Amino acid sequence: MSGLQFDIAHLLAGGLVLISLLMLYQDRLTALINVFAAQAITLSLSVAWQAFIQHAPHLYITAAIALVFKAMVIPIALHQIIKRLGVHREIDQVVGVGPTMLAGVGLVALSLAVMLRVTEASDRLGREDLAFALSVVLLGLLMMVTRRNAVGLVIGFMSLENGLVLAATGAKGMPLVVEISVAFSVLIAFIVIGIFLFRIRERFETVDVTALDRFRGERQ
Amino acid sequence: MNSFTALDAVLLIPALAAGVLALIPGYRVSAAVNVLASLATLLASASLFLVRPADGLYLRVDDLSVVFIVLSAFVGFTTSVFSASYIAHEVEIGRLTPTRLRFYHAMYQVLMFAMNLALISGNIGLMWVAIELATLTTVLMVAIYRSHEALEAAWKYFILGSVGIALALFGTILVYVAARPVVGEGMAGMVWTTLVAKAGAFDPALLNLAFVFLMLGYGTKVGLVPLHAWLPDAHAEGPTPISAVLSGLLLNVALYAVLRFKMLLAANPRAVAPGPLMITMGLVSVIFAGFMLYRRRDIKRMFAYSSIEHMGIIVFAFGMGGPLANFAGLLHMTMHSLTKSAIFFSVGHIAQVKGSQKIADIRGLTVTHPVLGWTLVAGVFAISGLPPFGIFTSEFLVVSSTFARQPLLALPLVFGLIVALGALLMKVQGLAFGEPSPGSAPAKASYLPMFGHLALVLAAGVFFPPLITVWFQHVARLLG
Repeated sequence: MSGLQFDIAHLLAGGLVLISLLMLYQDRLTALINVFAAQAITLSLSVAWQAFIQHAPHLYITAAIALVFKAMVIPIALHQIIKRLGVHREIDQVVGVGPTMLAGVGLVALSLAVMLRVTEASDRLGREDLAFALSVVLLGLLMMVTRRNAVGLVIGFMSLENGLVLAATGAKGMPLVVEISVAFSVLIAFIVIGIFLFRIRERFETVDVTALDRFRGERQ
Repeated sequence: MNSFTALDAVLLIPALAAGVLALIPGYRVSAAVNVLASLATLLASASLFLVRPADGLYLRVDDLSVVFIVLSAFVGFTTSVFSASYIAHEVEIGRLTPTRLRFYHAMYQVLMFAMNLALISGNIGLMWVAIELATLTTVLMVAIYRSHEALEAAWKYFILGSVGIALALFGTILVYVAARPVVGEGMAGMVWTTLVAKAGAFDPALLNLAFVFLMLGYGTKVGLVPLHAWLPDAHAEGPTPISAVLSGLLLNVALYAVLRFKMLLAANPRAVAPGPLMITMGLVSVIFAGFMLYRRRDIKRMFAYSSIEHMGIIVFAFGMGGPLANFAGLLHMTMHSLTKSAIFFSVGHIAQVKGSQKIADIRGLTVTHPVLGWTLVAGVFAISGLPPFGIFTSEFLVVSSTFARQPLLALPLVFGLIVALGALLMKVQGLAFGEPSPGSAPAKASYLPMFGHLALVLAAGVFFPPLITVWFQHVARLLG
């Protein structure tokens, strides 16, 4: 693999991590959705580049899914949803920006430390991709923990999933990547566009997940 | 290679049935079709005992998966029988509309399809897709009543379940990365047989890391503490047949995935032993669930916690490893599936006649509904591990094999078992005896499934057929 090929792949994967960190401190849903769309575009570029350098044309399908579905359809749908719900100006953050960012940086350091140590035998690009992917996954989890709002939660999950797609495409020659990304898209599509957000809004008058806790069956 | 085998049948029957059921409007017909399809799946899966199709890149069946798939098909069949009478009542009181009912039946078969696919997939990627499909299906089923509680439960289940399967996927990718230098690129790096055969040469550090992710990911679906939060809500708010299927089958499918990866790690002598992690999570689950049982006010939620406890025992047993503990784990898993689904069958009818799932609203069942009441009492006796039922045998085996090897580990286990026993016996007294609560309309119940299950559990406790013993011993040796 030539130096340039590696550099571009590295740049795109690192870009995903950076955008994940950017997402952590977006406290407005509109901005959050836009940043997520940017991450999806970066992901699709990264996957397309992997398809090119690995000579794996099936990965272009995954790239196309990321571009069309995650960078366009989902963000547009989410914008519609939050507008309809009237929460597009709402500020949504449980923990402050400072602690969240510190935790995020810590998680990135952790995943680099763990991943680079255990993958010494693998090729250079593969291990860097895995380390970045783990960072994106952990940052996605962190985002799910710090968000109260259902839309924020779903975006956190989708960015986590971006990390998984990065890992799957970085693992050279991995089979079933397309099938897996389709399966994930189905999962997300079901939830985002379909039933849940509308129903939750309909039934609970808010998409704030803490409101759901009132209906715990255990309390009387 | 191209001939039609029983493996194809256990996938095709539910898939076709799901398509047909989505079109049938009347609930009586569709319930009957559901039962027939489940019966056909059961027959096809039982035939796997006799005729074993050759391994493929995607599908394969071995002695371990046969145990799981036959159990799964059997409980799937009996639950479909129970579901028919349960659903009739739900339609009568208007809790389910015809459209939702059609959806329910189609989803039931899709769920069966997904679980069968997970159990016979010979490929870690395909298995992941199947478990993801099963999760998605059950989320939709849990939400089917569209009440506040059902939506909250489904939402929670979706979020935690998705995070779980996402972590499991990361673990799956890591296994592939570990396998690639040895096995080579492409599909071979995901096929079970190849992976296990060559696991000895994999990078142990990567395998260890992969197992942590897989254990956390699939462990969420097994319902191990502290990843269990979705389980009680999902059990309580969905239709009761789904609670039975969740407890009796879906938890087992996730457990099957964990066991498979445990076998993979065991094949590599330099990788960390997966046992201690499983033992710890198992013990924590048993003790935590044991205490949580005391505070339950909802009857389905209570038995959901009991499922957490039992999955804890099973994971503990498999974590101990060795032929005897593995045998006990397999036996316990079978007994738990049968008993817990029988309990949910009776609880489903009880909640229908009493019009409530609150424990406080259900009293004196043996007076108003002797058959249901006594079945529940028998089921609770069985599930809390009292003789002469089969769970006593399996728990006894787990405990005694632990005492023989690690006496100190047996103490917290026995403590957890006793705590849970106390809670269940205390609760069942109020439910079954005393002044009856209102709601004495006769139940239009199908007793056959619960009687059948309890009879099997009783039979296993009194006399365990040597044929099955030999089979389980053989599988226990496979598990290492």
